[in-house]
Amino acid sequence: MRRFTAALFLLGLGVMIAAIYQHIDFGNTAVNAGQEINAVAAGETGAANFVTSVVLAYRGIDTLLELTILFTAAMIGGMVLGRRRVDAPRDPDAGFILRTGADLLFPLLLVVGMYIILHGHLTPGGGFQGGVILAAAFFVPLLARPGIMLIDQRIVSLVEGLAGAVFIIIGLLAMFEGYEFLTPLYDKGELGALISAGSLPVLYLAVGIKVGSELAGLLAHLAEAEALD
Amino acid sequence: MDILDTNMILYSAAFGLMLIGIGGIVISNHLIRIIFGIALLEAGANLLLLLSTYHEGASAPIIVNGNMPAMMADPVPQALVLTAIVIGVGILALALSLAIRVQRAYGTLDMREVRLKLEQEISDEAGIGMPSSSDKPADIRKLPFNSVIQQEGGS
Repeated sequence: MRRFTAALFLLGLGVMIAAIYQHIDFGNTAVNAGQEINAVAAGETGAANFVTSVVLAYRGIDTLLELTILFTAAMIGGMVLGRRRVDAPRDPDAGFILRTGADLLFPLLLVVGMYIILHGHLTPGGGFQGGVILAAAFFVPLLARPGIMLIDQRIVSLVEGLAGAVFIIIGLLAMFEGYEFLTPLYDKGELGALISAGSLPVLYLAVGIKVGSELAGLLAHLAEAEALD
Repeated sequence: MDILDTNMILYSAAFGLMLIGIGGIVISNHLIRIIFGIALLEAGANLLLLLSTYHEGASAPIIVNGNMPAMMADPVPQALVLTAIVIGVGILALALSLAIRVQRAYGTLDMREVRLKLEQEISDEAGIGMPSSSDKPADIRKLPFNSVIQQEGGS
């Protein structure tokens, strides 16, 4: 009976979506804010990647709030899972291939993650994507050797808090200069150069380190969760 | 063929993913499947957001070697989806950690059993009987007058 009503609900939803479908003008959207941003972003922010301009310059406060959501999720995840008992049983180490692979991958993932973060204003990528790769770098060794402590959890929390503070301090610096909160500062430099776009790369570095340390902490909490006896 | 238009296929994929995700949430009883349904729904929503400002033949909104492409995609939904994906990962990890707690507390991830045990716990704590529907068939439900009749017959 429950499955029948669920199927009926889905059928209704499908019909409704199909009805909306008829009225969509495919490929011709009415929203044109993006085209105007594309026209002025290079001159205003100095970043070759316009997505970065939008994320950090035009809607920087949104990005700050999204970081807050991620922080809340990580914090509640840690609270829900709780602390591990000292004598709780652990999974055994993984096999030779996974352990060697993890050792090889760790520096590689670190370099790729930092590259993607630092080139966020020039190429596709940036703090969020690079941060996830950084988190993966710290999570892969944990999968190969459960219970290994790469970095003390307190240092991870400290780095995370500092990165968040840097983001807000850069925003406040703009206010001291007499602009709005999180206005891009400093010399825009040459379009397409590594050191350009003023304060945007610093902001993206802070975002990347914050996302990386938060996700790494959350994944470590998940991996550390006690197995059922 | 008009129906095999690229846009049409992409929109169908977005709506299809959302429909499959909602279906997974509504129909399945297993907690992990419900979480996967949420992940699929999220993927469909992200795709729909990206498609909402899609232009035929537009390139990525990035200046490469100082060349400005003639037609560039809208960067606003891309920036939105960029952050939404990362937040999605965080939400997924949070949901899985809650599932771990459920597994630890009730020993099962089947929502029907979890709901039953939850109600049992609540009624035990409150000192009342398990709640039951008045529309339940008579052979399962313990009717009050049945017990009266049995008592009269016994005495």
